[in-house]
Amino acid sequence: MWKALKARLYQGYRTGNFPVKAPPALPERFAGRAEVDQEKCAEYKEVLAEVCPVKAISFSDGKISLDMGKCIFCRKCAEKCEGIRFGKEYRLAAMKREDLIVNNSYYTPPLPQDKSLAKLCGRSLKIRQVSAGGCAACELDFNVLNTLAWDMGRFGIQVVASPRHADCILVTGPVTKNMLLALKKTYEAAPRPVWVIACGACAVSGGLYEKSSQCEEKLEDILKVDLYIPGCPPHPSTILEGIMRLMGKGAGPENK
Amino acid sequence: MTMTYSQDFLFMENGTSVPLQNIPEMEFSLFRDKILSMMDICRTEAFFALPDGEKGRYDLFIILADAAKKGFLLAKSKVKDSFLSLTSSHASFNRFEREIMEKYPDLKAEAHPNAKPLRFPGKEQETGVMDYFTMQGDAVHEVAVGPVHAGVIEPGHFRFQCMGEKVYSLEISLGYQHRDLENMLVNGPAGAMRHLVETAAGDSSIAASINYSRIMESLCDIKADEEAEKTRQFALELERIANHIGDLGALAGDVAFLPTASFCGRIRGEYLNMTAELCGNRFGRNFVVPGGIRYGVDKEMAQKLLPKVKKVSRELWKALALMFNAPTCLDRFENTGRVSLETAKALGLTGMAARACGIKCDARKDFPVKEVVSAQCVYEEEFPFQPNGDVLSRALLRFYELKKSHEYLFRYLQELQNAPPCREESLPLKKETLALSVTESWRGELCHVAITDEAGRIQLYKIVDPSFHNWEGLAMALRDEEISHFPICNKSFNLSYCGHDL
Repeated sequence: MWKALKARLYQGYRTGNFPVKAPPALPERFAGRAEVDQEKCAEYKEVLAEVCPVKAISFSDGKISLDMGKCIFCRKCAEKCEGIRFGKEYRLAAMKREDLIVNNSYYTPPLPQDKSLAKLCGRSLKIRQVSAGGCAACELDFNVLNTLAWDMGRFGIQVVASPRHADCILVTGPVTKNMLLALKKTYEAAPRPVWVIACGACAVSGGLYEKSSQCEEKLEDILKVDLYIPGCPPHPSTILEGIMRLMGKGAGPENK
Repeated sequence: MTMTYSQDFLFMENGTSVPLQNIPEMEFSLFRDKILSMMDICRTEAFFALPDGEKGRYDLFIILADAAKKGFLLAKSKVKDSFLSLTSSHASFNRFEREIMEKYPDLKAEAHPNAKPLRFPGKEQETGVMDYFTMQGDAVHEVAVGPVHAGVIEPGHFRFQCMGEKVYSLEISLGYQHRDLENMLVNGPAGAMRHLVETAAGDSSIAASINYSRIMESLCDIKADEEAEKTRQFALELERIANHIGDLGALAGDVAFLPTASFCGRIRGEYLNMTAELCGNRFGRNFVVPGGIRYGVDKEMAQKLLPKVKKVSRELWKALALMFNAPTCLDRFENTGRVSLETAKALGLTGMAARACGIKCDARKDFPVKEVVSAQCVYEEEFPFQPNGDVLSRALLRFYELKKSHEYLFRYLQELQNAPPCREESLPLKKETLALSVTESWRGELCHVAITDEAGRIQLYKIVDPSFHNWEGLAMALRDEEISHFPICNKSFNLSYCGHDL
């Protein structure tokens, strides 16, 4: 026992200041939400459409837009064109799919219009995670929120073993044909009301696997999604901030 | 001494390519005999089919790993409609042949003793529904687990045949994560190719991108900068460290030893954050590219990382010492989930799981890529402990690997001058060529093989994840074991579902 106590003292208090006291400590080379400068992008149209590996860049009315829901943050576009910049904005999650489309450089994280989850589960949200073809990166970075560095339990967010205990289903992966039935059954097994979170580019839009012959239906065509968390994989702070925003706790601290 | 035929195979070094026509072609019965005669000294690295254009006709390719020769032995054989299975003579072909039959329904491995679905592609058969091995009797009961498990973990289905607490047999059915990855890589190189390869198994992205880059470098005749190559190895060791720490922490958690579980959960994150310092992504996405590394690392950055590694590693050793000195933990780990040396060899286990059974194999030592200095392997001559294939051996091995990886980290961070960034360019690939790269990922040998056609497009891209070999090892570890020991057995291997399912 003394050894364990001594070790505990040595290791110290390790829960980070995010999100209570400070924005997350992000690496120098972090790629957050994109900012688009239409003027500077104008002459790069062809190049940009060509360079994106997931076809997240599109054009309409002479304007270029970048779909953060598809983006895998490889930054090949920013390498080619200085009109696109990936900043330090980690608060990427949105309740509506269209809020993930970027065509300018202004941004405030959207707050939930539907307050039902905040009302019922704002202080205690039980999540059942389902991996439906995910590569394990989204799963791992969601799982770290359980470690003492992030400690999402202090906000009442907890992972539960059974869908019967879940308020919310968090899905990762592009929904493979082979997981479709298990995903539907898990959803059906959860008591109503139940909310759905799409975590990572694959779950949000199909991501890299949008064209796969083994991933035919997109998550949003199968279940109504209440929160989209972009990223490949999303940074843990992006996931936590998104879930807390959905719970009615307001937007996370801004990263200046 | 038995006669071997190694001179009849083409010898190939790691990270190189050869024209397809140089690979010796043999008549199938000879091909089969010669492969089987090599199994005492070689491991099955890859076995796959390539369609010939005509219905039912295929080229079978074998790649054997010959550690003594520090390279690989290759041969091929033309078959039509069917061939006599090798699995009945050597179990390591089991999954490879099931994969071939599933991918090409018009090619059959005859007399395969266990011809069950592997990944359930298409919809002919409901995923996970197959003819499981069962036991009969009054006291026998069956436990079915998955695909959706209790924790945050990928899907798979496990069937235990038990009598009381004792497990007699475990059969594992996977395929839930099947995304058709290998087919999506055909006809490249396309823009998404490297990204797809990186997501084959999200916890081994760096190993995968090193393999992919080496294959492309060899097919385009370019070379990575020497310092950049060292930096790739640095990233690879960071990946190994993060995963080993995570699993050791999870093992502690599974035996309810919470201090080490919580310390390791936090410390693992510190190493992921160091990877993110390199490229912005905690899993090393978009860092390793053909030609080198995408983001430069200079002396200044190395000097910043060095004290971090020193500090965090001290905390790590203390956290682990606590667990390895706790009799309650050792009691649960020792002699639990044993895989014998014979079984490990017969199944062709690889990497950390194989070493824990006493097999001296490590791609960093066995298949060095010319001029690349990588981290040393744990047993340079002898193992620092007596490995006997149990959970404790796998845990201890990871501990010693952490030590070795840190030695490399310190050496690299002290010596690095400047590793310049490199832009990814698309260059024409050599035509009708086979390229091969094997990297010791944290789980074991990750093998990538690419074959180009007459137009220089990718005709086949084969990924053999270490889990592809090792899942069978987990099933064997559970034999005659108590079912309550499953979590720690599983954690001690921590195999990839998506890497297997592709």
